[in-house]
Amino acid sequence: MNQINRIKIAKRIVQELKQGQVVNLGVGIPTLIPDYLGEKKLVLQSENGLLGMGPTPSAAEVNMDLISASKAPITMEIGASLFDSSNSFAMIRGGHIDVAVLGVLQVDQTGEIANWAVPGQTILGVGGAMDLVAGANEIIVATLHSSKNGVPKLVKELTFPSSGIRKADLVVSEHAVFRYENGTMKLVEILSDISIDELKEITGAEFEYNSEITNT
Amino acid sequence: MEKLLEKEEFIKFVKDGDKLLVGGFGMSGTPLTLIDGIAASPLKNLTVVSNNLGEPGKGLGILLKEKKLSKAIGSYFTTNRDAVQAWVDGELEIVLIPQGTLAEAVRCGGAGIGGFYTKTAVGTKLAEGKEEKVIDGERFILEKAIKGDVSLIKAHKADHLGNLVYDHTGRNFNPVMATASKIVIAEVDEIVQNGDLLPSEIVTPHVYVDYIVKSHYVKKAGVFVESD
Repeated sequence: MNQINRIKIAKRIVQELKQGQVVNLGVGIPTLIPDYLGEKKLVLQSENGLLGMGPTPSAAEVNMDLISASKAPITMEIGASLFDSSNSFAMIRGGHIDVAVLGVLQVDQTGEIANWAVPGQTILGVGGAMDLVAGANEIIVATLHSSKNGVPKLVKELTFPSSGIRKADLVVSEHAVFRYENGTMKLVEILSDISIDELKEITGAEFEYNSEITNT
Repeated sequence: MEKLLEKEEFIKFVKDGDKLLVGGFGMSGTPLTLIDGIAASPLKNLTVVSNNLGEPGKGLGILLKEKKLSKAIGSYFTTNRDAVQAWVDGELEIVLIPQGTLAEAVRCGGAGIGGFYTKTAVGTKLAEGKEEKVIDGERFILEKAIKGDVSLIKAHKADHLGNLVYDHTGRNFNPVMATASKIVIAEVDEIVQNGDLLPSEIVTPHVYVDYIVKSHYVKKAGVFVESD
């Protein structure tokens, strides 16, 4: 069920992405997006130093010095370029990436993201998460509505460590799409067979909505 | 000056307690031969600056296993459970910094710049204790440059002058690490004649590179394995 939901989220995010945009895909659900692009072509940036990332190679073509940020073997599209890590993060921090699609542990009702550490657990990795949050022109959050334990991931206030003060623009879960406008979370679309009241019940965050929105 | 060294020779340029800047992202672009040399030496109490510490018992993970490291500075240690365990046991000090901040701090170290202001990590736990400044209405934190005693990097080819080219994303942190230490040692797959590398394809000019060591690993089915 979770995999079906993850694919549903990836497909819905594809609708938000525009032909030719430069996009960085974070770990988790965002990595499913290339499989559902259809005719749409994006320019994928991999923060370990590649602009123009292509699909997984055949076994015979694998070169472990041509890998994604998730350390999986990849290929290069026509027009791809290779560069070092400082140039790659100049691209990210300097506002040259159109969209970052990020998985999260939590996102709050103002759009603040937590996606690098869990309180009380020894996770000693931040990677490029904070650079992407600070630098991408648009941030789309891809997340299941609730954690494995059924706890809402869209929350009033973060209880996990923040990834930065820069806010997300859009959140897509298996149940709904929300857009942030002036610090307020607004329901754009319901994606599953639930009512607004049911959605409110499973969402920690408070959101505004137009009562004409129903599930489609 | 002849820059070519045997694997056994480079170790004399490294001292106990040195800060080593090491290239690589995961296991890609990692100087495996130089790491083996350090692992087999009596060196100890080293600090490593690198994006991650390889995997358990692989890449820089070997130095951890051989108890060569007292401190690691990088962005992502979660892929090596040994690093997490050593930190929990109090055997390894870890300084976590965002990946872009790491790359830029080393770039600054090599470019004679003392530090820089960045928006990355503002308002987070990783900004604690760092100076904050508002520039043109936006919040930034001060990050200091990083410099090392010895850089251990991995390139694909070198000429005898020490000009370097890299294999695809094996480039990663190597070009910046090559600029920021007093001594820079490059492990390479292949050594070519001077003039064989096109000036326009050279990524690291020879001025940055002090010594070259031929890799003891060869690539089979896309993965580096130790050569006989």
